[in-house]
Formats: sequence, C-alpha cells, structure tokens
Amino acid sequence: MQLHLSPEDQAFRDEMRTFFTTQIPQTIRDDVAAHREVSKEQYVEAQRILNEAGLAVPHWPAEWGGRDWTPLQRHIWREEMQLAAVPEPLAFNASMIGPVIAAFGNQEQKERFLPATANLDIWWCQGFSEPDAGSDLASLRTTAVRDGDDWVVNGQKTWTTLGQHADWIFCLVRTDPTAEKKQRGISMLVFPMNSPGVTLRPIELLDGGFEVNEVFFEDVRVPAENLIGEENRGWDYAKFLLGNERVGIARVGATKRMIVDAKQRAAGITSGGRPLIEDPSMRARIAQLENELLSLELTALRVVSNSSDGKPNPASSVLKLRGSELQQAATELMVDVAGPLSLASFADDDATDVPEWARVATPEFLNYRKVSIYGGSNEVQRTIIAGTILGL
Amino acid sequence: MDFTFDTEQHALREAVAGLLQRAYDPEKRRAVTKEDPGFDEKTWAQLAEMGVLGLPFAEADGGMGAGHAEVALVATEIGRVLAPEPFVESVVLAGGLVSAVGTPAQRAELLGPLAEGSSLVVFAHAEPGSRWTPSATAVTATQSGDGWTLSGVKEPVPSGARADVLVVSAAVDGGTALFVVRGDAAGLTRDGYRSHDGTRVARVALEGTPAELLGEGTADRTRDVELALARASVAYAHEAVGAMETALRTTSEYLKTRKQFGVPLSRFQALTFRAADMYVSLELVRSIALWATMVVDAEDSTPEAVLAAADRARLQTSTAGRHIGKEAIQLHGGIGVTAEYSVGHYTSRLTAIDHLLGDGAWATNRLAERVDAYGTVEALPA
Repeated sequence: MQLHLSPEDQAFRDEMRTFFTTQIPQTIRDDVAAHREVSKEQYVEAQRILNEAGLAVPHWPAEWGGRDWTPLQRHIWREEMQLAAVPEPLAFNASMIGPVIAAFGNQEQKERFLPATANLDIWWCQGFSEPDAGSDLASLRTTAVRDGDDWVVNGQKTWTTLGQHADWIFCLVRTDPTAEKKQRGISMLVFPMNSPGVTLRPIELLDGGFEVNEVFFEDVRVPAENLIGEENRGWDYAKFLLGNERVGIARVGATKRMIVDAKQRAAGITSGGRPLIEDPSMRARIAQLENELLSLELTALRVVSNSSDGKPNPASSVLKLRGSELQQAATELMVDVAGPLSLASFADDDATDVPEWARVATPEFLNYRKVSIYGGSNEVQRTIIAGTILGL
Repeated sequence: MDFTFDTEQHALREAVAGLLQRAYDPEKRRAVTKEDPGFDEKTWAQLAEMGVLGLPFAEADGGMGAGHAEVALVATEIGRVLAPEPFVESVVLAGGLVSAVGTPAQRAELLGPLAEGSSLVVFAHAEPGSRWTPSATAVTATQSGDGWTLSGVKEPVPSGARADVLVVSAAVDGGTALFVVRGDAAGLTRDGYRSHDGTRVARVALEGTPAELLGEGTADRTRDVELALARASVAYAHEAVGAMETALRTTSEYLKTRKQFGVPLSRFQALTFRAADMYVSLELVRSIALWATMVVDAEDSTPEAVLAAADRARLQTSTAGRHIGKEAIQLHGGIGVTAEYSVGHYTSRLTAIDHLLGDGAWATNRLAERVDAYGTVEALPA
C-alpha cells in the first residue's frame, strides 16, 4: 500500500503533462475543450505529433511502435492527454484494428498497415453494427462470398463513426452461413472505402452533427489477401477488439475537465441573487459527482495495477458502466448550470449574446447519451458483471 | 502508487480471517449478541493474543507499531462475518485518541492493557441533542483542587456499560477537553442496552464524577477529536466493505439456488442486473476506502487531507452501504427481513456504521463547503 507515485512515475507524469500542454497546438486543444467539432485535419495533425514522439500507440507491440510501459504509465498517459484536451489517437486505428492486425495479421499485413495506421496515414472506420445486429452483434447479416481470388461483399453496416473521413474499413462479414453457432461463421475483412460498390449515408444526430453513418455494400470485391487472421475466426478478433475498446473507456480525465469547467461557469452565473456556485444544492451535487469520479478513478488505478498481463479485466466493465454514467452526469450538470441559456443551442456566433459554452451544453448532453450505448451498452456490461463476476 | 498488501499483511489478514470465521457463523453471532456484553470475551482475548488489539499503537506504548493498512485489513474481516467485537470503537477510536493526546505515562497505562485485552477503553462522546460534532457541550468539566469532575450525559456510547475505562469529551473554557474516567468512579451511572445491530450501547450519566485530564493542559482538543473520528471513519469504511462483500455474495448465492416459477431467480434479468449494480457500488467504495487508508498512513498527509479523505470515505460508504444493504434484502424477499436469516443483519450493521460518526449527507455538506477552492480532486498527491 503506497499512496504516492514512485519518483519514476511522477517524472513520467510530468513529462506527459509537459508534452501534451506544449507540443499539441493550442488551437486544437481549445477546440476540444470547447466541445467544438474537431476536423479531420486536426485529428491527423495531433496524431502525427504524438506518433513522432512515440506517444500514439504505446500499447502496441514494441516492434510496431509500442512502448514498454507499465499499465499504470499507460493510464497516466491517457489521463494526462484527456486533462490537456488533446484529441486522443483515433480509436479505430490505435485501439481497435491496430492491435488486431498486430496480434492476428500476417507479416505482410503488419508491414502494410501498422505504420500507416499509427501515423493516421490511413483513417480506419468500424464496420460492425448492422440495423438488425446491435448488442446482438453475432446476428450480423452482411455476407462475403468467395469468388476466385476475391471476396464479394453485400449488406449494410450502421453507426459507422466518422466514416465520412475514412480511407479503409474493417468489417465483420458472414462467410459461413451454415455454421452451427452464428459466432463461428464470421470473418474480418479490410478494404478501401472508395472500393466500387461502397456507399455512405451520413446520419444526423440530435446535436445537429454528422458523426455516424450507414455504409452500404453492393458486390464489393475484396482481394482474398485482405482477410485478417483466419476465415471464420472473426468473432474472436471482434471480442479481442471490444475488450481493448473498454480499456480507457472510463474517460476520467475528460470528465474531470468538464466538472472544472462547470464550476467555473457556475461562478459566473447569477441565480437567486448570488453566484450559482454558492447555491448549497449545486455545491452538494458537485461534491457528490466529484466523489463518484474519484471512486472511479481509484478503481481504474486499482484495475491497471492488478492487470500486469495486459488482458482485459472483467472489472473493466465497471469502468465502462460507471465511466459512461459519470460522463453523462457531467454533461447534464453543464446543461443545468447553463439553465435557460442552454436554449440558444443552435444560434450563430454573431446572432446571440449567449456564450459558446452554454450553447454547446445541451447538444453535448444529447450527444453523450451515446456513451452508455456504444462499446457494449451498459446493459451488456451488467450482463458481463452478473455472468462473469457474480456467476449468475 | 500501490493498492496491494504485502506478504506480512496477507498473513495477518489470513490469521484474523481464520480466527473470526471459526468464531462466527450467523447462528453463533446471534447467540453471542443475545447476551451482554454483546460480543465474545474469548474472541476478544484471542484477538489480543494475536496482537490485533495493539496494532496501531507505538511499541513503546505496548502496541505493535503497525499502520492503518493493517487496521483496515482487520476491520474488513470483522465486517465480513459481522463480528460484534468493538475493534474500531475501542482500538481505533478510543485507543487512537489516547495515542494522539495522552501523556507517555497515560499511553503506557491505558494502551498496554487495552492491547492485552485486559481493559476495554471506549470513547464517550455523543450527546443527545447534537449530532456528529467534534466538540462537547452537554457534559462539562470543572476543576476541583488538583483534579477534575465531570457532569452531564453521554449517549449513545458503544460498549459504554462494559467498558473498563471511558475517554470522555467535555466542555471547558469554551473548548473541548478529554478526560479519563474509570469504570468504578463515583457518580458514574451506566445504563446499557441492545442496539438494532446486536451491539451494546449505553447512556452514561456523570454527576460530579472524578476524572483525569488526558494529555497536558486544557488546550482545545476539538481538532484531535475530529481527526480521531476521521481515522475511525476510514476503519469503519473497511468494516462496511467487508460486510457489503458478504451481503452481495450471500445474495448472489441465493439468486442461484432459490427457485420460483420453476427456475432459479438468477434467470430473471431484473434481479441479476440489480446484483451487477451492487457489485459496481462495492468496487467503488472499496477503492475509496483503500485510498483513504493510504492518505491516513502517508507521513506527509496534512490534517486537512486526512479529514477530507475521511469525508470522501464516509460519503461513499453511506451511498454504497444503503444501496447494497437495501437491495440485499429486497433480492432475497421476505426471508431477508427475518432475524433468523443472516443477510438482514448486514443491512442493520451497515445502517449503524452509517450513523455512528457522520452519514453521507453530513459528509457531502462538509465536502461541499470546499468545492470551489480547487479545480480537480487529486487522487495521487505529488
């Protein structure tokens, strides 16, 4: 039992903090902090700076750009990045397909994809969910049929986040419709988004943004060499990928930043003749939220310090579940601090006296309903906890 | 930063767990808590033999010189089987105060016998009409010659009737001082009774009762009391975590074995999801309890940091204890409300712990006073 970081970890934290706050352009960090849309160019610029410094994919195998960090150091790296409002390395690249190719791809695929994936020279998107396969992902119906040296893909994916920027897609497809277990007939294919037969339809979300898309495949020809790993083993890779996705999903640093922001805004708003931050019920609410977040952060630290083998810990479901709830609670707090100002949500800069933070509060709150749905919905996490941990 | 216990600490945990699990199952606990003093003197003596009752005291005072990490391990095992022995009440709280405030002579005189199990020392502090304040008002101290006398009522005092020695807080000169009162002192009337959690508490009436000042001088001891209560709260957080763990495990087992509509209850997602939420609550409070213990143990922690960490532990213990305690009964159904079955006793003890030294709402108010004095809550101090 030891409260303090070791001198090495303390130095590591300082190094990360200094790097993130001095090497990533302030304009990009300001946009992230203000909840503005981050452009493709900004994502790419930030990730290339990180990659140049060896900070984009530290959790990958060392030969592909990974660092020999402890789980605690990875945790510190991620938290400091979020606290500094640095756009995190694109999850589809850094946390999803990169580790899958590194673990299950062949040498040619590794050489072809991994350096470009780390540097965001290739922007990946995820082709998993389908209109009839959400939480029940294994029910997916997009098919790939072998024809000579190609796979021919037909079907539809949905909720494809930032697909509009994507160069490539990694896609779960049904390659054996006769498999006894539906999980056993699935494979993972990768192919360019500009392949003939791929079309993309943006879906507008409640916040007015276009973050997710539907992707349609009509006789898309994919070379056989673009199969990742073994045929009909795609479900194993998907589970591996989703396990990685849940690591770091607590997003404690990002929620901390939102609470600090809410406290500052609440000091500048008058309610009942005094600053809102002096309202006892507001203070109590903030105190409770901060305590829940501290409990979560400490739990995340406990999980990382106990998982030296790097395997996803079933307790990571707790982090996902509670982490998403607290992110949502923080966005809700912002809306309540903004109060009536939050109604100016879609006003143009030159047409309103309402400050930007109050205008983005409700769109952000509405957008953040997603966090308890993606990455395995919170109901899926409860199922994992009840089954895997409690044995129910 | 390290949340794990070392080999010696694991050995201590296993020894204490072995002793307490042999001493208590739900039926033995019911039998023991039926009779005064509400705990088992033999188990108390065995804990003393093991060195547990002297854990946090300096070796010079007759203790083991261990830290709060060791205290936390013991408290967790106590909670796991709901052992009614007043470990936190006596060793951590009353002993902690003597340790912090007493003169070397007083420490040796009071802590040695406490550690040996030959003298039960408790802190008589609560007063009817006020709640969770670190100062005393209803009991007052008057100087008479070389000594002092105390008058007023302390209630409820855990194990107050059984105690051999009482450490009593009393108002003096606008502040609060601490006094040692012997169980056989004149003008001391103690009425013990049973509380809902099976422990004994007492009304302690003092009428010109002779008392010895604890420590040197009559400087205000409010801060010392506040800190001792904070450290005891952190120990209670661990006792509560142990209790919550058993409550959840008992509930999970029940869901697997109890059948209704021809199937085990674990087939009903409405129930298993609630058990999953209990697990989330448990893991969160476990984390903050361990962290608070590390804050208490860290040599460079300021008193403010210890008080804040204790408030954070109190708040999470209250939230989680209420959640898990109530759900444990509900998921069992009617059997959970009976005294014959174990799980409801866990809820009862969690409710007692919540209200002994300051509940979640009380801790929230204290934390809320400072929310605009900092940006983020720092889990790991530099």
